[in-house]
This record gives sequence, C-alpha cells and structure tokens, in this order.
Amino acid sequence: MKLELRGITKKFGDFVANDSIDMVVEPGEIHAILGENGAGKSTLMNVLYGLYTPDGGEIVLDEQPVTFSGPGEAMAAGIGMVHQHFMLVPVFTVAENIVLGQERLRGPGLLDLDAARSLVRETAASLGFDLDPDARIEDLSVGAQQRVEIVKALSRQAEVLILDEPTAVLTPQETDELIQIMGRLKDAGTSIIFITHKLREVRAVADAITIIRLGKVVGSADPSATETELASLMVGRSVNLGVDKQPAQPSGTALSVRGLTVLDPNGVEVVKDVSLDVRRGEIVALAGVQGNGQTELTEAILGVGPSHAGVIELDGTDISRLGVRARLDSGLGFVPEDRTTSGIVADLSITENLVLDLVGTSPYSSFGSLNVNFLRENARHRVEEFDVRTTSIDRPVGTLSGGNQQKVVLARELSRDLTLLVASQPTRGLDVGSIEFVHKRIVAERDRGAGVLIVSTELDEVLALADRIAVMCGGLLVGVVDGGEDRDVLGLMMAGVPVHEARAQAADHHTVLGEADLDVDPATAVEPVPHPVQDQEEGR
Amino acid sequence: MSADTSTAVTTPTAVAPGFNRALVGYAVIAAAALALALTVPSGISKIQLTTGPEAIKIPLLELPAALAVGVPVIAAAVVAIAALVQQLRTKASAPRWMAIVAGSLLLLGFLAHLVAGKDGVLPLTSLLTSTLFLATPLIFGALGGVVCERVGIVNIAIEGQLLAGAFAGAVVASIASQNPYVGLIAAPVAGVGVGALLAWFSIRYRVDQVITGVVLNVLVLGLTTFFFKGLLSDLEGLNDRARLPVLPIPLLSELPVIGPVLFRQNLLVYLLYAIVIALQIYLFRSRWGLRVRAVGEHPKAADTVGIDVNRTRWRNTLLGSAIAGLGGAFFTIGQGLAFGIDITAGSGFIALAALILGRWTPTGAVAAALFFGFANALSQSLRSYGVSLDSNIPLMIPYIVTLFAVAGFGGRVRPPAAEGVPYVK
Repeated sequence: MKLELRGITKKFGDFVANDSIDMVVEPGEIHAILGENGAGKSTLMNVLYGLYTPDGGEIVLDEQPVTFSGPGEAMAAGIGMVHQHFMLVPVFTVAENIVLGQERLRGPGLLDLDAARSLVRETAASLGFDLDPDARIEDLSVGAQQRVEIVKALSRQAEVLILDEPTAVLTPQETDELIQIMGRLKDAGTSIIFITHKLREVRAVADAITIIRLGKVVGSADPSATETELASLMVGRSVNLGVDKQPAQPSGTALSVRGLTVLDPNGVEVVKDVSLDVRRGEIVALAGVQGNGQTELTEAILGVGPSHAGVIELDGTDISRLGVRARLDSGLGFVPEDRTTSGIVADLSITENLVLDLVGTSPYSSFGSLNVNFLRENARHRVEEFDVRTTSIDRPVGTLSGGNQQKVVLARELSRDLTLLVASQPTRGLDVGSIEFVHKRIVAERDRGAGVLIVSTELDEVLALADRIAVMCGGLLVGVVDGGEDRDVLGLMMAGVPVHEARAQAADHHTVLGEADLDVDPATAVEPVPHPVQDQEEGR
Repeated sequence: MSADTSTAVTTPTAVAPGFNRALVGYAVIAAAALALALTVPSGISKIQLTTGPEAIKIPLLELPAALAVGVPVIAAAVVAIAALVQQLRTKASAPRWMAIVAGSLLLLGFLAHLVAGKDGVLPLTSLLTSTLFLATPLIFGALGGVVCERVGIVNIAIEGQLLAGAFAGAVVASIASQNPYVGLIAAPVAGVGVGALLAWFSIRYRVDQVITGVVLNVLVLGLTTFFFKGLLSDLEGLNDRARLPVLPIPLLSELPVIGPVLFRQNLLVYLLYAIVIALQIYLFRSRWGLRVRAVGEHPKAADTVGIDVNRTRWRNTLLGSAIAGLGGAFFTIGQGLAFGIDITAGSGFIALAALILGRWTPTGAVAAALFFGFANALSQSLRSYGVSLDSNIPLMIPYIVTLFAVAGFGGRVRPPAAEGVPYVK
C-alpha cells in the first residue's frame, strides 16, 4: 500500500507541531523519519493513526484520500502502530491483548480464546519467533512486549506499520532482532515507518529518510549519507557528534560502594551486592537497559531510597548512615532521572529553583530569611554561565523547554564544590544543542577534579562520555570495562553475559549495527559520500 | 538470531496472584481450628436445622460438644494443612474448594462451640437466612461498585444510589397502587439518575471522582429527606408499605437448610443470583468484559484499538448505578417497609468495603458481603443462644479484617490501574 501525506498541519493552540508536512511511503519500504525530540514526529504519527485530527492537509492511501476519526478507522484502513510506550494491558495475557477490539466470539458475547491463541501463534511464526499466548504482559521482557505489539498490528492486517522510537528500550541484541523482523516484514510487502533520533539505526535499516525539524520537513536523504550530514540536517547547523575530552587523570577515590543491596517495597532485591569505585577526575558510566537497578543504586547513594546492606563511602567517609542533607553537604551532587518530578519544582521561578538545596545556608539566607537580592544576582550569573534561554529569571521553571530545565538543574548542582556528581539520564529528551552543552559541563566537572557517575541507557552517550563503563543487569553489576569497549560486547553484558563470554560471542557474531560500525571507519566517515543529501524539492 | 538475549531481562519469579494471601489464610484457619479444638467446653450443643415449612424435616440435634465442635474443627484443620502443604510443595495455588470447605467447617465448629453447654439452641437455618437478608443490599451495592470501578470510575456514591433506589422503589410502588413490581423498575432508574451525575461530572468535567461521589451521597440524603418531610408525610398514598411477595421455588425450596435460605425468596433476590452469575462470567470471559477491563486498566491502549473509552465508561457507570439502585429497593419494598430518612444507614460504604475486600471481582464481593452479613446476623442473635459476649465484638471483626486486607497483608490489593483517572486524549 502506498501512503502519502499531503500538507499535514497540526496546531496545539498557537504552537504549530506539524507545519504542512509532505511525505510518500512506497509499498514495502522502510521509511525513517528522523528528528530531534520535540520536532513533531510523534504528533505526525498520531495524526496518521487517527489519534489527532489534523488542522489541514490530507492522508492519501493508494491514491484515495481518507480521513480517520479514531485509531479504529486507521487500523481498518491498514495502518498499524507500535507506540513508544506500549499500548498493552499489563494484567492481560498476550492473546487477550491481541484480540482486544477485534474479538472473535463463541456463544452469546463470549470470547473464543482458542481462536485468539492460534492467531497469536500463527502470526508470530510467520515473523520467525515464538510467543506464548497465555503469558501475562507484565511478566514479559520489554523486547517480548514489543514483539507482542508487532503481532497485534499484523493480526489486524496492517500494511503500513509505524514504529515509534522502537529501539529506545531495547538492548543492542534485541535491537538486532527487531531489525531482522523489520526485514521480514519488508519482504512480505509491509511498509514500515521508522521513527527515531538515532542516526546509526537509520543508516543501517532505512530505504528512505525524511528529516523533520521544528514541525517541518527540512529534507530527505539517502541511507548512505554520513551521520554528521544527517545530524546537521536534523539540528539545522553543523554539530560535533563526539565529545572533546582529554584522557582522564584520575586521582584518589571519590565514591566507594561496597556490597550494596537494595530491596524494593515488596522485598525483592533490586540491587544485589554491588561494589563499585569512582575516582576523582574520571567519568564512570553505568550502562544497562532501563529498570535493571540503576535508579535504585543512585537513589541509595543519595539516600532517598533505603539501602538494605552495604557501605557507601564518599571521599573515604562512610555516608551510608547519613540523611540526604548531610550527604549533599559532604560534597555529593545529584541530577535525578526524571527532572520534571524530582529535579525541579515546576511552579517556582528559575531564581528559586537554582537554590532549592542552598537556601538554608549563608549567603543565600540569613536568620531564616532569604537574601532576595543575592538570590537574583546568583540567578543572573547562573543563567548566563549555563546558557539558560529565558526571557526572565522570574519565569516559572516549568515553562522552559526540557533542555533549559536540565541546565537549571545542572547549574544548581554544580553551585557547590562537589566530590562526586551523580547524573541519571542527564540528556534524556534534550535537543542536540543542549546535549552538547550538558556533556561539556560534565567533562569540565571531571577535569576540575570531581568524580562523575553517569547513568545512561543510551549506549552512544555512554561511549561518548565514559572513562570506564560499569554494566548492570537484573540488579547485578555484570562487569566494569574501559571506555572504548566494543558496543556488541556492552550489549551482551547488558543482557547479563559476563565480560569474557561477551567478548567471545561478539567476535563470533556481530549485530547489524555493530557491523555498520565496522564498515564506517571514523577516518572515512567525514569524507563526502557519492549520494549527497538532496534538498526537499528534489527529494519528492 | 542471537542466543536468547530477549529473555535475559528477568522479572522476579512470579507466583500466581494471591499465592501468599492463600498461605496466610490457610495458616489462620488451621490455627483457629486448633484453638477451638483445645477449648471445647463440656456439655452438649443443640443445633436446629429445620424451621418448619420444609418437606424434609430433621429433628433438633443434641450432640456432645466434643463431637459437635471437634469433628468439623479437626476436619477443617486437616483440609487447611493439606492445602498449605500442597501449595508450598507445588508452588501453585491449592484448589479453591479447599478454602471453601475448610472455612465452612471452621465456621460450623465455631458455632457449635458458641452454644456448647448453653441452654440456647443454634438455629442454623435462620442464622443463614438472616445472613443473606443482611448481605443482599451489600451485594447489590458492591456489584454496582465492581461494574463502575472495573471501567475506571470510582464509585463512592453507592450509598446515594442505594438510598435513591430505596426512595424511588417505595414511592413509585405506592403511587402504582402498591404494586411492588413497579417499584422494582423505578429503583434502578433512580440509581441511574445518581450515576448519570457521577459520570457527567467525572467524565465530562473530570472532577475528582471521590469528591463527586461524596457530594452525591450528601445530595441524595438531603433530597430524600427533604421530600420525605415535605411531601411524603403530608400527602396520603405516596409512602405506603408494599412488599415483594416470596416466591418459593418448587422442590428446591423443600431442601433442608439451603431450601429456605436460598430458594424461599422474593424476585429481587433471585435477580441478584442472576446478576452475580452473569457478571462473573461476562466480566472475565466476554468481549464486553475484556473491553471494560482494558478501559479500566489502560484506557489509552483501549483507545488505540478503536474502543471508545468515555462511552464505555458512561455505559458502565450507568449500568453499575442501576444495579446499586435496584439493591436500594431491598430496604423498602424488599422488606415491606415504607421509606424512612437515611433508611440505608451507611450500607453503601460497607458495600464499598466489601468491594475492596472482594478484590474487585463479583464472587469476591459476594463472599465479603456475606461475611459482613454473617457477622451482623450473629451479633443480633448472640443473646438468644445464651452467649454472654458483647454483640459489638462480632460486628467489629469484618472491619478489622477489611483494614488488614486493604493494608496489603498477605498479598497486595490491586485496584484497576486507571481507577479515578479521567481519560484525556
């Protein structure tokens, strides 16, 4: 089925999320839509899937204009979507999720679950994997849940499958399996719209690329374009994808964690006997798939989550019995994973947010009363130093973009003289410009002599920043390797494979993305390519 | 394809839901049974099984207490321990019947223990009859709650729906020259009226559902009281007594014990049986139930497969309110009483507790409501058995159990995930 979008426009109030977007997806094509967070990719797909009604433009399927008043109609027309946050009911079985909305009946209104089970088995088999129809969704791994979503779309005869940031939650090996499944779908004639901001994936799988920036199509490209070219189109200026940093000059130990075990509220061990050192002047990245104990580990270091056993030493002093305030005072800086819920107070001004953890101390306050002039002076300084784009330091911080909010958080945490900076997902959801800035500041903090512990689920970020990489899986520390480790090895370690075994396996079998890495030598990557990026007019 | 990396992200080993709760339950039953066995008083227990109208009559049982208490209690302990051992060994939940059998035996032994050596007679049949009598409106209310809450709408307004149903049932039956069946139609309509307000505010305007529910309860109490004082007491023929006739079911009603308890009832109670069975089947095995539960657990997922979330919520809120309103009729035409101010006296809130204790399932809600009804029935009749126990003590027990259950002892109570959250696209 040929899909065409003509002049799609979607506004939210004054904000134009999609500005007259044109795009053609040929049958059996993997079409990547590349854009930064907030560029309008997801909005466009929600319009296509009938979740939003467009304010202008039309959707054309096989030369027939169509309108969708809801996802049900989009599905009936052959469009399926795998959302970034899975649309699966966690307490239902696989079979129940797949037949939801298209139930086959047996008797008066009763479900025919046998038919549902065979539908699951047959569809999964046609894609080359197994799926237990009676498994409950909440018991499945994220990768398996994604396969359920794909089966769900295909069981509804989807001819165009939209995958919204499908690799964000996967290990590299799971990503590899997904790429293979996408290949099989393509061979069977299904068109795939692949939404992502990860350049290497686009180059590995896409047949065509459309790039969106600030709600507009800014160009289309050939998969053979270099990552740097794609990135500059996506961001709108030339970008440096790497992080400039000198080799680390580590000195004494900043953080020493010994035998740390953390229990969740149900008494399950989520961090299991972890021991880890971070030296001053080095960046240690904690890699792993989301939800493997990284969050709980950092919360135990800060002291907001209780640790069950183990010792945490900061600069040689045991802090595991101290409260959060005392730990901060002894030189710990903390950038939380979810800035909107725990990094900022959205309704307070930038000025106030910059001193949330400092207000009790001189010179920010004296005799229990804020030194307002000093706070404002401080805010002006910080806003300038950290390049926070705002019209006023009195604006509620919640009105800023994600990147600027994160700069406020970072500015606050770096206001104190730190022994250790712990930053969880420091660039999640940020635009490329902000990512560059945050990375630079983190490296600068390292060079100043602090130890830095980064938690990141993005392997690109881990590889760009880390001097050493610690990998967690299922609450266990799988191993610690040097910063330049092969990404396939890291991927296997993220799945719990010990380092030696991971190296042996990776040497035997490279993932598609790993091979793409080997193809592109850093030296040749910057050379002009035979198929240069075409501009928008030629691309259509 | 690379080696099984997809399964490497492990989830904690899952046991069947309710596994730990069942373990605690069996242990408590076994412990209670042994405690009863060790404290058997001397003397005899008098147990009356037939009350009169049944075809098959069983004479008054006069058994030595050691026998009347010991046999059921030891049997209960054996079943409970067997279930416990089986569950620990196989790591799977023991069959449901074991819990029901052990619980019933324990209850029998407990009752025999109560009257052992006393002058009073234990009228088993009438005790069970009043259990069902007291539980009936609670079951209606809790089922109304299940239907609303499974779709994600918190129904605190059960009390208001019961009260509205009681009022409408009595008044409409009176106006229709005391035809109680007309009242039986009016009661659910009144419940729907309250439910429509609940749905309108919580779905259309996304008002906090708990607050809306509380306000609706106050509103219904105020309105019915106003009409009672202003109209019903001044005008003739608006609030007369009408009673649904008892319709004994041939043959079944002649059985000892269960005959008079279950099959010598009025139409309202028979409707209740049908509703319980239909809901239990349709909530978990039908297209309607699958969609309803999807909307209550993950409305966006339901939306993306073409299910209209808010329409489903509207329908279910109205249906649940109709069930609760129908139950309200039990207070007036079900018992042959005229309407009185606050005649429901907080039953809606107890129904809410039964709904939670029953973990949002129809059968669970029935079991919890029967438990509450039994405690109530027992406390009313303790004195007549010659037992010198304060009647408030058995009344307290269900609420203590509910508190512990809600606090998550022996397994987490998990309401529908999207409960109380308005759906915005």
